Order: sequence, then structure tokens, then C-alpha cells
Amino acid sequence: MNLKQRKLITIVVEAALEPRLVRDITKLGAKGYTVTDATGAGPRNQRNGDLEGGNIRLEIVVHSDLVDPILELLNVNYFPHYACSCWISSVEVVRDERY
Amino acid sequence: MSLWEVALQNLTSPPVLAFALGLIAVAVKSDLRLPEAVYQGLSIYLLLGLGIKGGVALSNTTLTEIWLPILITLLLGIITPILAYYGLGLMTKLDSVNKGAVAAHYGSTSLVTFTAALIFLESQKVFVEGYLATLLTILEIPGIIIGLILASRGLNRAVDWKESMFEVLAGRSILLLAGGVVLGFVTGDTGYARIEPFFGALFTGVLTLFLLEMGIVAGRRLPDIKQAGVGIVAFGTIFPLIAGSIGVVAGHIAGLSFGGSAVLGVLAASASYIAAPAAVRLALPEASPGIYLTASLGITFPFNLIVGIPVLVSLSVYLEGIGL
Repeated sequence: MNLKQRKLITIVVEAALEPRLVRDITKLGAKGYTVTDATGAGPRNQRNGDLEGGNIRLEIVVHSDLVDPILELLNVNYFPHYACSCWISSVEVVRDERY
Repeated sequence: MSLWEVALQNLTSPPVLAFALGLIAVAVKSDLRLPEAVYQGLSIYLLLGLGIKGGVALSNTTLTEIWLPILITLLLGIITPILAYYGLGLMTKLDSVNKGAVAAHYGSTSLVTFTAALIFLESQKVFVEGYLATLLTILEIPGIIIGLILASRGLNRAVDWKESMFEVLAGRSILLLAGGVVLGFVTGDTGYARIEPFFGALFTGVLTLFLLEMGIVAGRRLPDIKQAGVGIVAFGTIFPLIAGSIGVVAGHIAGLSFGGSAVLGVLAASASYIAAPAAVRLALPEASPGIYLTASLGITFPFNLIVGIPVLVSLSVYLEGIGL
């Protein structure tokens, strides 16, 4: 099977921000996403200020061109103020026109 | 009835005892929690049930009876957050963004505190105007908006009003409360009679279960109080008594019964911890949830439940006695 390289961006963020994040990444050109509920702890291991409702894990598979704009978005609008983490991995997909 | 007797009656009511059990569960590090879906389900039940009962009462009320209470409630909704903002300036060293964020919470209301007061007065056979739930809906919104406006003066960027307003107006709290009021108003007494066994008879029981979870949620916030500082603790306990007293007096001026005035006082004293935090988190990420949530949920909510309600009921009884 002919596999194509793509990037998987995984973002964990406060659940309250889901609609805003989805809107922002869609605007940047992401064609789809997956959201699941998430719990866990970060390096500071304290989320005292948390709103009830916990976190979500949002996954998007995108062309490598989109990685930088999305990271820039997180850098400016999310990392400074919200509990948010993000990592990138390389993945292979079939039907590459979908991503 | 003396203040002490009122306080004792309130403390031994099932919802307040369940709240204490929740606090104990946290203290002994129990893993007890209501499943998230159950918690959400119960809160929908409480919001819709209150709205419907308020709406049914509204359908039996004339405009001449209710216009003054509505006007006075609106005024309360405007005055309370402004008072909170300047009160915070006196008692704490918070910057204006955090002051505005806290003011938004205290300007809005806590449904659960309101319901606990209502159930308590009902159990004491004290009359409370049924349309108070309508006043709750009215008081929910302006406080958040004014708090955000006050906070935005301290920002050097524009606030995304559209997103925050959407969060407030289309959020579950307002939708269910306001929707319930309309539903109750349209269906009236005959329609309500058919759902009364579910929304009436079971109500106190559901509130008791809900307060068990709220005890756990509030208990988990208690350690944060140490970090919040003395000023916030002072504000979280003194301000509800001031705002609450203003509310009780306003209720008497509006011509409410002494029960209704007490509940309006509790509304003014209470701080939101569902609708306001969501809106504030989106609009004011610079403000610390560790401050506003600790104040409203960790300090003021338990304080009102245990001290605020009996004090404000007693004040209302006293004002009734001197003929205000």
C-alpha cells in the first residue's frame, strides 16, 4: 500500500477551550480532528486553579506545512495563559487527500 | 426564632449535612465522587426544575406585583459587582484584572446556595414568593458582564466579548433556567401538576445528593485557601454578609415577604461557580482561577451554606419585626 508521511499533532488543553481551539485550527486549514477526554498531570503537577471539567486531548493529522502555523497559534494564544501541552509525531496515512 | 435556633435548624437539614459528609470524605482522603455524568444530570434536573417552578409561579403573578422586584433585582445585579470590585481594593492587593474576575463571580449567583435557602425556608413553613427563581435568572447575567467590563479596564488588549457572551447566554445555566421559566409559564398549574412528583417531591432529595458532591468539590479547594491569603478569606466571608444585607433590605423595599427578602439576600450574597468561571476563563485568561474559584467555591459557598443563610433569614425576620 502506498503510504504518505503526515504529522500528528496532539494537544492537551483545558476542556473549556475546546470550541475555541477547534475553531482556530480549522481556520488554519486542518481538515479534521479527534477529541477525547483526558486526565493526568504536568511537570508542575498541580492544577489547583482548575475549573471542573478536566482536560481534552485533541488530535489532528496534518501536512507538515501546517505544523508551524499551529505551533505559532499555541505559542501566542494558549501556552502563556492556559494549561496546555502539545507534541508532534510522524505518522503514515493512506488516503492522504483527507489530511 | 432566635439566630441560634435558625442556625441549628439549617445545620441539621439533610442537604447541609450531606455537604458536611462531602467535606469529611475529602478530609479522610476517600475516593468518593459522583460520576461526572450523574453530576451533570443532577445539575440539569435542579436548573430546569427551579426554572419550571419559577415559571409556574410567574403565570400566577400580575405585572403590577412583580415589576418592582424585577427592577430592584436588576439594580442589585449592577451594584453588587461594583461593590465587590471596590471592596476587593480595600481588602486585598489584587490587580484590576483579578478584582474584576472575582467581582464577576460575586455579582452573579449560586443556584445551589439559593436552592438550599429555599428548601430550608420551605421546611420551616415560611412563605417564599415562587417567582424568586425568575429573579435568580435575572441576577445571573449582569454581574458577569459588569465584572468583565471592570476587569477589561486593566487589560491592554481587546476582550473577545462575543465568545464570552455566548458562553454566558447559551451556557447550560441560563438556557435551562430561562427555558424552564418559559416552560413553566406556558404550562401553568395544570401542566405542572403532571410533573410535580418528579420535579417537586424529589427535589430536596436530589439537592441532598448534589450537595454531597459539592462538599467534595469545595473540600478539594480548601487547601488552596492558604495560598489565596488572608485578604481573600476576609473578603469571601465579609462581603457576602454586606451584599446579603443589602439584598434583604432591597427585598423588603420591593415589597417581598420576609421569606422572599431573605432569599433575595442569599442571592445577592452568593457567588457563582459554574457560569461565571467558564465565562471568565475564556475572557480573562490573565486572571487566576486559583483566586476566583477558591473565593467563590472554597470560601463563600460553604460560608453561606452554614452562616450566611441563617444570618440573612434572621436579619429579614428582624426587619419584618420593626415594620420595614
